Amino acid sequence: MTYEGVPGLVETVEAHGETTLVVDPARLIEACTHLRDAEGFNFLSDISATDYLGWGSVGVSGYIGTARGRDLNLPATQGLQVLPQAKSKRFAVNYHLLSVSDRPRRVRLQAWVDDGEAVSSVVGVWPTADWHEREAWDLMGIPFDGHPNLKRILLDDDWEGHPLRKDYPIGGEPVRFSEEE
Amino acid sequence: MATAPAKTRAPIYEGTRIPHPIPTVLRVSDELRATGDVMTVNFGPNHPSTHGVLRLVVDLFGEDVVGLEAVVGYLHTGFEKNMEQKTWWKAITYPERIDYLSYQNNELVFVLAIEQLLELETPPKASWMRTCLCELNRIHSHLVWLGTAALELGAISMFWYCFREREQILDLFEMVTGARMHTRYFQAGGLAEDIPRGFYPEARKFVEWMPHAVDDYEALVDRNKIWLERTQGLGLLSADDAIALGQSGPVLRASGVDWDLRRVQPYLSYADCEFRVPVHHEGDVYARYRVHMEEMRESTKIIAQCLDRLEGMEGEPWIADDRKVVLPPREELHTSMESLIHHFKIVTEGYRVPEGEIYVTVESPRGEMGCYVVSDGGPKPWRVKFRAPSFVALEATATCMTDALIADMIAVVGSLDTVMGEVDR
Repeated sequence: MTYEGVPGLVETVEAHGETTLVVDPARLIEACTHLRDAEGFNFLSDISATDYLGWGSVGVSGYIGTARGRDLNLPATQGLQVLPQAKSKRFAVNYHLLSVSDRPRRVRLQAWVDDGEAVSSVVGVWPTADWHEREAWDLMGIPFDGHPNLKRILLDDDWEGHPLRKDYPIGGEPVRFSEEE
Repeated sequence: MATAPAKTRAPIYEGTRIPHPIPTVLRVSDELRATGDVMTVNFGPNHPSTHGVLRLVVDLFGEDVVGLEAVVGYLHTGFEKNMEQKTWWKAITYPERIDYLSYQNNELVFVLAIEQLLELETPPKASWMRTCLCELNRIHSHLVWLGTAALELGAISMFWYCFREREQILDLFEMVTGARMHTRYFQAGGLAEDIPRGFYPEARKFVEWMPHAVDDYEALVDRNKIWLERTQGLGLLSADDAIALGQSGPVLRASGVDWDLRRVQPYLSYADCEFRVPVHHEGDVYARYRVHMEEMRESTKIIAQCLDRLEGMEGEPWIADDRKVVLPPREELHTSMESLIHHFKIVTEGYRVPEGEIYVTVESPRGEMGCYVVSDGGPKPWRVKFRAPSFVALEATATCMTDALIADMIAVVGSLDTVMGEVDR
């Protein structure tokens, strides 16, 4: 299965039986419309945003195994340190598409953005994107251009920050009746 | 196989009813607002019929619902952020607690994601037992749905009958795993413990009884005039709108789309099971009720097939033999230095999962449960994201409530079968 005709296609990655299409965020709407109309991906399963801040820095990498791969039941097979592959930008926005048809198949569409860069909203392509995009804005701080109702969904309207970002402190919520008050 | 609605069948309604421009908000027209007779009512978040803490801001014109917006987030507890701080095997306890009715299916989707990243194979006995427990869990979830949804429409006795069988299922869970809820029985590689021998006869008793129990429920409401009038023709959702709104599970199948992940992309042992996927074409609350009832019967059949297989697997391994991921057998710790080291490393540091990303989906009782996992090769997940079917189901509230009365809202929201813990995560 090839997706040569997808507008703005940068790269196609095959791993674990899944196809990932990395697309240019500027041409996201075109790519989504093409996938829906020409390839039959009528069902948007999920939108997941990932923050790669600190990815591959000291202390996060390491893979148990040998150069040939993971060796079963043998001692002393750890120690091979492989740094994870560097990422081009800080955030990845993943669109998990599904074709509800006689030929069921899935594909992942991936767009890379930096902090503050907006992604076009796909609510016009799949209406279900509405809440998924609001969630990505709320928890990860990805702005979506052209979303009809982009406001926080899971957190309070006056919440500060986006908790699923890697630089959001854990336990950083101010406590009432503390000394500072 | 899955198809769009049959060509010969008349559509549930013409065109689309998805509100524009915001697909999840029903807006009051300016003319209607100008009459001054539109009243805005806040419904929830603490209301017994909201299945948790769901808030609906409803605009009423008389008894007609003319505007509606669902407000969620009252149960948000940051599961996904928490899981990033835990080692892989400790994080398995979290997805169960997201949806407190379908814990085994949620646990499964995360464990499957770990296994696919590790390229770890599970022994057949574990696969069949997982299938068996997931189907028990589906019946359990449907029973709680049926009991509470009927209770909200006034059929109080239904609740007691449903919880009678639910107790039997919880007893089975307790027997196998030691816990009645949030069982934490699936490990990466298989099961946490071997299946106790007393499980099979007790499960057999349940399988024999369950069809009669479904008969009981149907006798209570199936031809009950109040039930029929309060469910038929309400909360309409066409097949095209259901797909556009990302609906899955019983809601999608009640709109006439023949779609079940257990059959279109079989996981576990579903490919070797014989079962029927119930589909109804009315797209209303009653159709969703029927799909739930028939699914309970089909799940019972699957459990019987699982028990047939499992009874012949006495003595077979229940977890993969991979010492880098799976805890060594307890008795080896006294005799083998390597086992002791492996045990210590897995318990303290946790196992490492190769770098990569994966999106795994299973058919949970509520529909397509997805789990997106990113690993950087370390002992903790880099990112975990759940695609919660309940979250998506609530997006359809505005579409289903087009031209409905305020009293119908209880039936419609109930029929979408949402668990607020899963919506807010």
